[in-house]
Amino acid sequence: MTYQEWFREDRLPHIYCTGCGNGTVINCTLMAVDEMGWKKEDTAFISGIGCSSRAPGYIVTDSLHTTHGRALAFATGVKLGNPDLHVVVFTGDGDLAAIGGNHFIHACRRNIDLTVVCMNNQIYGMTGGQGSPTTPMGALSTTTPYGSAEPAFDLCELAMAAGANYVSRWTSYHVKELTRAVLTGMQTPGLSFIEALVQCPTNYGRRNKFKQVLDQVEFMRSHTVLIQKLKRMEEQGEKFPDPVIPVGEFVRRNRPALGVKV
Amino acid sequence: MTRTDFMQGNTACAEGALAAGCRFFGGYPITPSTEVAEHMARKLPKAGGVFIQMEDEIASMASIIGASWAGKRSMTATSGPGFSLMMENIGYAVMTETPCVVVNIQRGGPSTGQPTMSGQGDMMQCRFGSHGDYSVIALAPASVQEMFDLTAKAFNLSDRFRTPAFLMADEIIGHMREKLVIPDTVPMQGRKPLQQGVLPFHPDEDLVPGFPQFGKGYGVHVTGLTHDERGYPCATSPALHEELVKRLVNKIESHRDEIADYDVVNPDAETVFISYGVPARSVQQVLHDQKNPDVGHLRLKLVWPFPDSALRIFKNAKTFLVPELNLGQIAREVQRHTKNEVVMLPKLGGALHSPAELTTVLEGYL
Amino acid sequence: MRHEVRFSGFGGQGIILSAVILGRAAAMYDNKFAVQTQVYGPEARGGASMSAVIIDDDPILFPKVITPDIFVIMSQEGFEKYGSEAPADAVMLVDSGLVHSRPGCRCIEVPATREAKQTLGREIVANIVMLGALVASTHVVGETAIEKAILDSVPKGTESLNLKAMTRGFELISKGE
Repeated sequence: MTYQEWFREDRLPHIYCTGCGNGTVINCTLMAVDEMGWKKEDTAFISGIGCSSRAPGYIVTDSLHTTHGRALAFATGVKLGNPDLHVVVFTGDGDLAAIGGNHFIHACRRNIDLTVVCMNNQIYGMTGGQGSPTTPMGALSTTTPYGSAEPAFDLCELAMAAGANYVSRWTSYHVKELTRAVLTGMQTPGLSFIEALVQCPTNYGRRNKFKQVLDQVEFMRSHTVLIQKLKRMEEQGEKFPDPVIPVGEFVRRNRPALGVKV
Repeated sequence: MTRTDFMQGNTACAEGALAAGCRFFGGYPITPSTEVAEHMARKLPKAGGVFIQMEDEIASMASIIGASWAGKRSMTATSGPGFSLMMENIGYAVMTETPCVVVNIQRGGPSTGQPTMSGQGDMMQCRFGSHGDYSVIALAPASVQEMFDLTAKAFNLSDRFRTPAFLMADEIIGHMREKLVIPDTVPMQGRKPLQQGVLPFHPDEDLVPGFPQFGKGYGVHVTGLTHDERGYPCATSPALHEELVKRLVNKIESHRDEIADYDVVNPDAETVFISYGVPARSVQQVLHDQKNPDVGHLRLKLVWPFPDSALRIFKNAKTFLVPELNLGQIAREVQRHTKNEVVMLPKLGGALHSPAELTTVLEGYL
Repeated sequence: MRHEVRFSGFGGQGIILSAVILGRAAAMYDNKFAVQTQVYGPEARGGASMSAVIIDDDPILFPKVITPDIFVIMSQEGFEKYGSEAPADAVMLVDSGLVHSRPGCRCIEVPATREAKQTLGREIVANIVMLGALVASTHVVGETAIEKAILDSVPKGTESLNLKAMTRGFELISKGE
């Protein structure tokens, strides 16, 4: 089997804009699923609302496209209702960290056995480019026309502090690393949180000096530093990119988890 | 073996759910409903079920919908403010045709209102509280026994019609203790599974589609967006949206008489009380004390869909008296279905209509 | 015959449990009908708590107390809030060590808390002493029924202490102490 066999072909083409990074994240996730050897009938994809959350609709398994921000609460019910199911949640930065922020920290605290993949495009894409909790300070959006004045959330730090067993961040540039991270997350009991920074050329890039899709992808390449390496650079006073995006595995641990199949 | 107990209404509700095979409860503490959750927390793990205290009522409602798709009979219990928070996901359950039971131990509202006092102010919220057009099923218990019986029944109705079913109780019934007879078994009518080869949202003749439980290989896509019979989003088709919403309403409204559940006393009477929930007890006392065949009583055990045909049983009726612990929510519904005089007998604050109070009103109509 | 029994005292005395036990005795062991209700407030301890039981030979329709004919009062604040307007034909049991006022109706003084503390060594069973006295003086339920209901309701390991408390309550009435 290949990852392509997991697509619900009669639903394609998808709604994503040309140059969108979400498709890359879906492919990486499905490659990990395929490598896990999960069966379609034992796997469920769950999402909230937003561009990211349309992903389950393109996958052949049982899927629940729920209300805005609440995917993790629905997924908690599905997983505890039938722990034999492998449950993967697709979400976005607005869905997960704004309206769904409380469910996010509590799902991490419970350390419930879910794989949560967040496509972080740093903007509300589907509603036309409003600022989100991960919009960088100074970035332009339709609701931050003079530049965002608010500090952004670091979703990985949040997940780690709240108790998730596995946390990592990559970007849509880092296809192999991202796939491996999702795979490791799926292998780790408890809540696995994988943040994937993605380009949104339509609603983020064109307002923030990324004229071409590749400009933003190049930015994600050149401004990311492995978290361990970054620590070393900081300690040794070396220069690193500004702004810098730490990537890699933030934590992998074995704290008590909820809903693990026995 | 049938057993008896002297039990609180909220506990009886939980026992009714357990007897009906409820094996998932997601909830959040709120007065005066908390005893339902507490009893489920004690009993569910021993029955092989799952109890989870969620972070709020929004998540509670979400969790029981998720568990329902995973194949569990699921329930939550709440009161006023929590019920308000559940509204969006209740609409999601309606749109996705997810069976689940929501218990509302009503208290005085609006807002924080009277947490420890009774009320029936959420009757219209339960009917219309989420956005968009839809129908639901709502039961109204008037005794501890009915907290058990009607909770169990709510699961059957919810599964039969694939819709959220509400137990609209109140603080008085929820907190009072009476003798409860717990039967060996309760009537069970489960979900009909989706037949192979049938589209997941293609309805049968009764307008209800078969249930494609997760994990059974259906590969169903479930969305709150307007969807076609495959379950795929088609949110911009006017015809499809109209067809879907009308079916969601008609699958319930066209079965009003099948769903209806009420008691009738003195059907030839000219003056008739209509009650549901705890005020029924005041009316029963009045009828018991008066022993007057000219005073009738229609006691609704199920309020939504409104059983309008029951009004016509009272062929000689001239006046309907409707005591409620709100400002006339169901009296207004009665008015829609009759040309007879409808007298609202509203009461707020938490106390029940006293028999003396109702007798005084009644004497003005005899 | 409909009896309406009202219990009042301060939170933590077991006022609500007393009513639950009495209702249970009537409904489960005396072939009668019973409804128990209570006043809920935000305070878990202290304050004046109140609980009521209606006992009848016929099904109870209206579930709330209209005019109590039996009062069990275990605190001064409880008397002032829930006992001072007792009708003349009612009967009131008061914890004589805790309630200073006396009603206009027939009053039975029961030193329940003193007995619980001094004779039984545990103040916490004062409400059970009171229940024993209530049953012995009013016969609102039978002695066997109240005994069974107490055994159903108290924590494991405390059965004999509670039965002693109940019996002490019976004696306070029968011996006119």
